[in-house]
Amino acid sequence: MALDEQLVSLTFFCRASRLKLLRCVIRDAAELVGLDEDATDAVVLAVNEACMNIMQHAYAMDPRGRIEVVISQEKNAMVFRLRDYAKPINTDAVEPRDLDDIRPGGLGVHFIRSLMDECGFLDTPEGGGNLFEMKKLINRKGDQNGVSG
Amino acid sequence: MAFPVEDKHGFSVITLKGEVDLKNSPDARKVILNNLKKRRHVLVDLSGVEYIDSSGVASLVEGLQYARSNDLGFSLVGVSEAAMNVLRLARLDQVFRIYASLEDGLHGGG
Repeated sequence: MALDEQLVSLTFFCRASRLKLLRCVIRDAAELVGLDEDATDAVVLAVNEACMNIMQHAYAMDPRGRIEVVISQEKNAMVFRLRDYAKPINTDAVEPRDLDDIRPGGLGVHFIRSLMDECGFLDTPEGGGNLFEMKKLINRKGDQNGVSG
Repeated sequence: MAFPVEDKHGFSVITLKGEVDLKNSPDARKVILNNLKKRRHVLVDLSGVEYIDSSGVASLVEGLQYARSNDLGFSLVGVSEAAMNVLRLARLDQVFRIYASLEDGLHGGG
């Protein structure tokens, strides 16, 4: 049985240019824990979307906003915890939009929920802000668990 | 990153490539809308897209909506596997007019 292990901790500010670095780190960590290519694409997109939501909605692109991403392997899952220091959001209001309503924007929550096995906000951490957790099961080869369905 | 635009047979062919994310999707949006506002039919070549997120997809949806509202052609051509997977996830693969190649798009009338 795999031991729980914190693999990476990354802290960056609210700048779109940081997302590429984040994606590279996620991709390497996913390879390390044994996710297949499809599942790797899934976690890269989902975590990117979650960080974009923090940047655009929690921080309104304020470049002083700080984001912490911790990537762990816990039992049979890859776990991502995203912490921000913005005003606590109304988590009940975070809902995916109706996909039949064709309009720009609003797809991020749908992507996250479709691609991750579990996701949700944890209790407001000490010091305020928001803490969002996502889990991706590390499946056996051949399981369908990625972006391509 | 500036996304190149070519004039081909009356179409503006806009090539998005590499990673289309929050950093450069505003550039994609701008070049798409600028061409549509000039009353140009637009083909967006996605064959070189290695990654696209919801902000990039939003740029395409905005172009589609503008084109529909203004009776202009707006199609995607040569969509890479990475981009198609994301369009499918958003259930937009049935919403956009998609051609397998640029040649097909030019002959298909956008």
